Amino acid sequence: MFDRRGFLASGVSFVLSAGAAQAQNAKIPVVATFTILADLVRQVGGPRVDVVSLVGPNGDVHAYDPSPADSRKVAGAALIVENGLHLEGWISRLAKASGARARIVIASDGAALRKDMGNKEFAEHGGTDPHAWQNVANAKIYVANIRGGLIAVDPAGRNEYEARAKAYVEKLDALDAEARAAITKIPAERRRIVTTHDAFGYFGQAYGLTLAASAGVSTEGGISARDVAKIINQIKKDRFPAVFLENVSDPRLMDQIARETGAKIGGTLYSDSLSAPEGPAGTYIDMVRHNISELTKALAP
Amino acid sequence: MIYDLLVAPFADFEFMRRALVGAIALAIAGAPLGVFLILRRMALSGDAMAHAILPGAAIGYLVAGLSAPAMTLGGLAAGVIVALGSGVVARATILREDASLAGLYLVSLALGVTLVSLRGSNIDLLHVLFGNVLALDDATLLLLASIATLTLLGLAVLFRPLVMETLDPAFTQATTRAGAFTQLAFLGLLVLNLVAGFQALGTLMSVGLMMLPALAARLWTQKLDAAIALAAAFGVASAYIGLVASYALSLPSGPSIVLAAGVVYFVSLVFGRAGGALRRLPKRRHLEA
Repeated sequence: MFDRRGFLASGVSFVLSAGAAQAQNAKIPVVATFTILADLVRQVGGPRVDVVSLVGPNGDVHAYDPSPADSRKVAGAALIVENGLHLEGWISRLAKASGARARIVIASDGAALRKDMGNKEFAEHGGTDPHAWQNVANAKIYVANIRGGLIAVDPAGRNEYEARAKAYVEKLDALDAEARAAITKIPAERRRIVTTHDAFGYFGQAYGLTLAASAGVSTEGGISARDVAKIINQIKKDRFPAVFLENVSDPRLMDQIARETGAKIGGTLYSDSLSAPEGPAGTYIDMVRHNISELTKALAP
Repeated sequence: MIYDLLVAPFADFEFMRRALVGAIALAIAGAPLGVFLILRRMALSGDAMAHAILPGAAIGYLVAGLSAPAMTLGGLAAGVIVALGSGVVARATILREDASLAGLYLVSLALGVTLVSLRGSNIDLLHVLFGNVLALDDATLLLLASIATLTLLGLAVLFRPLVMETLDPAFTQATTRAGAFTQLAFLGLLVLNLVAGFQALGTLMSVGLMMLPALAARLWTQKLDAAIALAAAFGVASAYIGLVASYALSLPSGPSIVLAAGVVYFVSLVFGRAGGALRRLPKRRHLEA
């Protein structure tokens, strides 16, 4: 184990441009595929780890094109954290191509999964909705997986990781309760929203919101006139009170749907990506809080 | 039944009406441009220009976000620079117009991609730049209509010198000074239409709606005015059929419109009365006999 660490440390210092400083601080280099995972790693790893996210703030994890710099980050990582569930199909190829020796953690391992065969996007992936982190209970499982991964690559930090993970999970429990309480306050018949892509299935299931996605497909690819017509009919028929934009999707289509149905346009919901640190959803917890407050605002009678 | 298929989508949904109006504006303005591009043997230039404006639009997006004016201005600037540049190069050097355009648009494209990646954005720009015909708001529709109007008026004014310049550039150059101006004004209108097109269909798709009806029309008539009218009619029909197909068969709308134009083109290839395959076959037999 000692040899392996030594080898990794030298590999890191060789590969990273800031390698020298890195090796001195002896931080564990961790690569997460997108910002939400990066935040969870940061919460558990604290000062012992150095996390980078491949897809940046407000970036789209579905449509991502790795750059050579990303490849270098992956090659230098001791630990790679991915969501799994076919969300980031590109990461295994990127890891292989960059010659990474990192341990890979699939954060969604063991999470309660949601099947939705009716959805074109998910059907390609065996019908499983990959956005599991939108249920705070699943985020706790993500945290446990990340803790396990960190301990495996850095056994010396075991106590610290366990303590930080425990403290963070307590925060998540509080967040979960907060979300439930907030949604309960909305009258039952108004707990319905439309979003630009199907990322809130887990959130809806966990907290009792009915959702209709406007694209019904992933963020890539064209949408047909039939799809748009279906959504408009659905909103009119079921009287959805609000439609929501997401930070990663094309807002123009949502505007059109809102205009045509008279539904209220809610604020921006964050689904697959955090905002920049100074934005409204800089961390996972802030993101969930932000989403809850936007939902409550738009759905309140 | 027929009503449900052909009329109901437009009667029931505002977004379908908007899509149809936007696509019709594009088709009508694109028709004369497409016909002239073919006559000038620049059928591929539309595509090249579309690539040339893409980086400008991308830069507009990076600076101002998803704002139609910024992306339009950026695209327009990039397109005009490339169009003017290739016109100047064609007149000042031995390179022909197509060759100088090829050189400049490739540089423009590479420059744009470089600028975008310097900015380090992870947003898939192509995704953003591929406009959606189903999401045309008032501002975009107005832009499309204004550009179509300007194009038709501009071409009406330029018509004679443009025909002359197209058919006999050497003569035009020798006898008048209108040649250079006409050529540049034509390229300017082309850029304007491509910029309009990327708001509605995405850059590459909008070239399809410009060229395919014009190519099809050329197979039915040799007369310039008839070809332009026919191309406009084909374009409008393709827009309508494409949207109906997108609605009925659940196909993505932009490609569906261009595919409809493609069908018109293939039918014209076979049956066209002025140069279609079927018309040419018996003629050859007659000569052999």
